[in-house]
Amino acid sequence: MTAASIGRRPSRYGLGVLTAVLHRWLVLVVGVAAWELGTRAAASAYFPPPSEIVARMYHLWFAGPASRLFLTPTAMTNIVPSLTRMGIGLAASVVVGVALGIALGRSERAFEYLDPLFQFARVIPPPTLVPVFIVLFKIGSQMQVASIIFSAIWPVLLNTADGARSVDQLQMATARVFKLSAADRLFKIIIPSTLPKIFAGLRLSLSLSLILMVFSELLPGTANGIGFELTDAQSRSDLPGMWAGIVLLGVLGYVLNTVLLVVERRVLAWHRTSRGTDN
Amino acid sequence: MSLLLQIEKVGHSYAGHTALEDVNLEVAEGELVSIVGPSGCGKSTLLRCIAGLVRPSQGRVVLNDAEIEDVPDNLAVVFQDYSRSLLPWLSVRDNVAVPLRRHGKPKAERRAAASEALEAVGLGAAAQKYPWQLSGGMQQRVSIARALAYKPALLLMDEPFGSVDAQTREDLEDLVLQVRGEGMTILLVTHDIDESVYVGDRVAVLSRAPGKVIADLPVGLPAERDQITTRELPEFVRLRAEVGRLVRGGSAPVAS
Repeated sequence: MTAASIGRRPSRYGLGVLTAVLHRWLVLVVGVAAWELGTRAAASAYFPPPSEIVARMYHLWFAGPASRLFLTPTAMTNIVPSLTRMGIGLAASVVVGVALGIALGRSERAFEYLDPLFQFARVIPPPTLVPVFIVLFKIGSQMQVASIIFSAIWPVLLNTADGARSVDQLQMATARVFKLSAADRLFKIIIPSTLPKIFAGLRLSLSLSLILMVFSELLPGTANGIGFELTDAQSRSDLPGMWAGIVLLGVLGYVLNTVLLVVERRVLAWHRTSRGTDN
Repeated sequence: MSLLLQIEKVGHSYAGHTALEDVNLEVAEGELVSIVGPSGCGKSTLLRCIAGLVRPSQGRVVLNDAEIEDVPDNLAVVFQDYSRSLLPWLSVRDNVAVPLRRHGKPKAERRAAASEALEAVGLGAAAQKYPWQLSGGMQQRVSIARALAYKPALLLMDEPFGSVDAQTREDLEDLVLQVRGEGMTILLVTHDIDESVYVGDRVAVLSRAPGKVIADLPVGLPAERDQITTRELPEFVRLRAEVGRLVRGGSAPVAS
């Protein structure tokens, strides 16, 4: 879990940022253009050009009326259920993971007993447990949410435990001297000081929950969701439709990750800056 | 003056190392006692025993006739490492105000008390800032303000000016002299000989490890002190030489 220190350097404002952004987008534009030209030249049915994929995406999901945010009925049965399951799964993972992680991190003994167990549970590839959840729960949302939780909970839980263990001794001594209540110790010291680690875990959990969201929808017996649309398009030999699902997942992953980074930057402003000026 | 604190035959060992041995010291209410000694002599351990953060392996510490077993209610500590003792995610004012929650005061009163304490250390304008936006000396002022707002009977200071530059150090020494008038008893641990004499009513000298009190010298300086003139007084010069010999030699006490 070394993702903690990504993007910490404060960048210079002004032209530098603008050209950096421009360069990044330039690469994307060139890449897409090359993709378009290549696929047009190849004219393979398996690799439709991006323009066709985008057109398909538009007709499939975003050609709805303005009153429904341009979403089509297909979008309502594809995107909305997927994101709902993912949201529920991720939220439950964060709540349970943070609560358990803090309890674990603050109790030396609990940590030592349970850490090997959790480390073991963590390295089980989550998709292998999906069949177990199919047996345990009904096929459908319950099983899918359970699969998401079981994969997304570990990074949050283990990172939180790690962060809660390493709360500064002097901060805890200060809390003892000034007789802070248990609630104040938790909310004024332990949780804020663990937040950087919680976010590091959250970033991993976010991408895992997206993976498991799709994976659990690829299984037979699924009635809706982006993964379902993907397999459905494949069985209908609708290759642009299949590619549309893939691109949509990429875009969703990017957007969700960006949103998380923005939130993290706001919440952890003290962390970035205090580290930056410390000497 | 009544007795506030008694340190009786306190000794402490950990991990095969004896930090303190047979330490005896009495502090009266309202006194400012400097505890000075060479580095590694167990000064900080002694202070942690008094704060109730460490249980001494021998002897006892008595505050207001009650043996200290856990952190006492009416005690505050200013630690050397202000950057780790202040909470970077709270504003300066909240850092000062949060410990006041347990006194059951409403929020407005806590904030008023915090602002007042910050005013007293000359940081009234920095209340909305965050600790890491301030210089080291200002951060240490914040932790002094936090201790002042808490209104403890006993204030412990553990090398409070060890991490600031010389000029700031003098300013903070004068700040301590200024706040001691508020009926607080102060115990200041330092390795700086001049500082121990300049701020103290008494100077207790600890020997090399295992630390024990080898001298307890009254400081015969006027209550009004000044960084330039006080340091010129014959009494200051004499005392700093005496304390210096004791700290360096760490041997038999010189008669005072």
